[in-house]
Amino acid sequence: MSIHFKMAWRNIWRNRRRSLLTMLAIAFACALLVFMLSFQFGSYEAMLNSAIKIHTGYFQIQAEGYQDKNDIRSVVPNPEKVARILDNIPQVSAYTFRASAFSLASSEERTYGVAVSGIDPNKEAAVSSIKRLIREGEYLSEGDSDEALVGALLAKNLRVGIGDAITLLGQGRDGSVAATVVTVKGIFSSGLDDFDRNAVHIPLKYFQEVFFMRGAVHTVVGLTPSLWDLPKVVDAAEARLAGLNTDRPLAVLDWKELMPGLAQAIMIDLISALIFYMLLILVVAFSILNTFLMAIFERTREFGVLMAMGTTKERLTRLLMTESMIMTVLGIAGGILLGGLVTLYFQKHGISMGDSSELFRQFGISGRIYPRFTPLSAAIGPSLVLVITFLVALYPAFKVRKLRPVEALSYV
Amino acid sequence: MAIVECTDVVKTYQQGKVDVRALRGVTLSIDTGGFVALAGPSGSGKTTLLNLIGGLDEPDSGHITVDGNPFDEMSQSRLAELRLNKIGFIFQAYNLIPVLSAVENVEYVMLLQGVGAGERRERARAILDEVGLSDMYNRRPAELSGGQQQRVAVARAIVSNPALVLADEPTANLDSKTGNGLLEMMAEMNRTKKVTFIFSTHDQRVMDYARRLIRIQDGRVAEDVDKAA
Repeated sequence: MSIHFKMAWRNIWRNRRRSLLTMLAIAFACALLVFMLSFQFGSYEAMLNSAIKIHTGYFQIQAEGYQDKNDIRSVVPNPEKVARILDNIPQVSAYTFRASAFSLASSEERTYGVAVSGIDPNKEAAVSSIKRLIREGEYLSEGDSDEALVGALLAKNLRVGIGDAITLLGQGRDGSVAATVVTVKGIFSSGLDDFDRNAVHIPLKYFQEVFFMRGAVHTVVGLTPSLWDLPKVVDAAEARLAGLNTDRPLAVLDWKELMPGLAQAIMIDLISALIFYMLLILVVAFSILNTFLMAIFERTREFGVLMAMGTTKERLTRLLMTESMIMTVLGIAGGILLGGLVTLYFQKHGISMGDSSELFRQFGISGRIYPRFTPLSAAIGPSLVLVITFLVALYPAFKVRKLRPVEALSYV
Repeated sequence: MAIVECTDVVKTYQQGKVDVRALRGVTLSIDTGGFVALAGPSGSGKTTLLNLIGGLDEPDSGHITVDGNPFDEMSQSRLAELRLNKIGFIFQAYNLIPVLSAVENVEYVMLLQGVGAGERRERARAILDEVGLSDMYNRRPAELSGGQQQRVAVARAIVSNPALVLADEPTANLDSKTGNGLLEMMAEMNRTKKVTFIFSTHDQRVMDYARRLIRIQDGRVAEDVDKAA
């Protein structure tokens, strides 16, 4: 160990209590940041997963413009060709076809506007969680035709139950009137109120007949093993879809384009949290600044001696920066360890959200949130602390440069 | 040959709102190998003169040259370099680095000079042996007596073979026996290593040991006695 490092290390322990408190402040801030960011990441993942799993999927292939206008004529005309492309992309874990149309749904007593989706019962079960969300009745099976799954809130609003009839009236792909009567086979409850209030699912083949789809679908909805695989899939699918000759070009949209509201909500939450974290770090930074400045006032005479012996101001600055960085790094390491352990505990057991559960239910999250300890959540907070502490430590370290040897030597 | 030359050096500093004229035009020359005492009562200006000769402070007017280096043409960093390579300091309050052991304190100057670790350790131990601290290499300053600390300070000041050692009241905090031992040791080093020593002191023993005695009074050289002459 060099004398320089020894000096720095021993200087830290000259005032053991003060240095320990400073390191604890850094460690506490880092632990809090690691836990909070992991908690946020966990809740975002839960929100995304529930939204993605219930309906949207990680990505969708649609005719260009369909996302904005939901025009029934904007179709994927030959879904089997798209299927072949997706079969050849290894990161695609599952996909399904859907066709959708806006319709009026009437029961004996009431009429509501609904979003009717044609789904492939088997494929849909691999992509979305709709099968698991059935609360009454049964999920659709392969041979079903004029049977429907409806959201719990819609069923309540229409005052229908299992076995009741609903009349659907809409516009077909060719502009003609599309009308049918379906029987309620199952009622699902996703926790996403909008979805539960609007959605009616019928078998895809039956939808294609009723809405004159001529074998076309509106979306191909896909999943990847994780969000990290998504960009590769989007790139690969886009490149290969360009080779298909369709009237309208096909677009690959990821979840952020499919649910811009959710993406923005996450971004706003992240930014407001970051502002809070910056304030927390600033408070810690001032405590660190105080420690460093006190150390300088106490050791001014010693700096005078060091300068008298020929120590350059650069070397003094380096010494002080080494001291502050040792304290910071130790504090950060302790903080990551502490924050990591706490996070991993709650990652396993979850945190009950108590009265806030209703709020989270709107996003389809159950009453417990599971923080997600990731390299990113472990690194962001501590990195910010490191940068800010480094900047704060520069001030006292450069203040030393203004000392004049003779004044420092006579400092009392 | 003169190692220190001061020409008409004036220094005023502020004490509260009062201007104190510490030096009022000091001119003197000290030869290489000298063992010189700057004597005078408190406030006479001897420590100020020592600080100026060590490049720790700048005069208001006048010129100072040490070992051929005119200070008024030198930057702060060049002055630091000169102090590192040519000048050793011994302080009244010892001023060892509290977090370093005796041997590390002595090594520190050589570290600044870029001497390799092995040579550094060897030379530091040799000089500590020379000042009679061979069994105290690893003691921290707090574990040493005042006399022992001052011996480490002397070892630190001369380990890198400086041309000049400036000692500010080095015996003031020591009892007479320890003080005499220290003076004898410095006189020996002056003889054997040809290192020039300049003391500021009002200790009669130091004045007795010195071969040249310069009395400073009210910021001026009041008396300059070369005992060898």
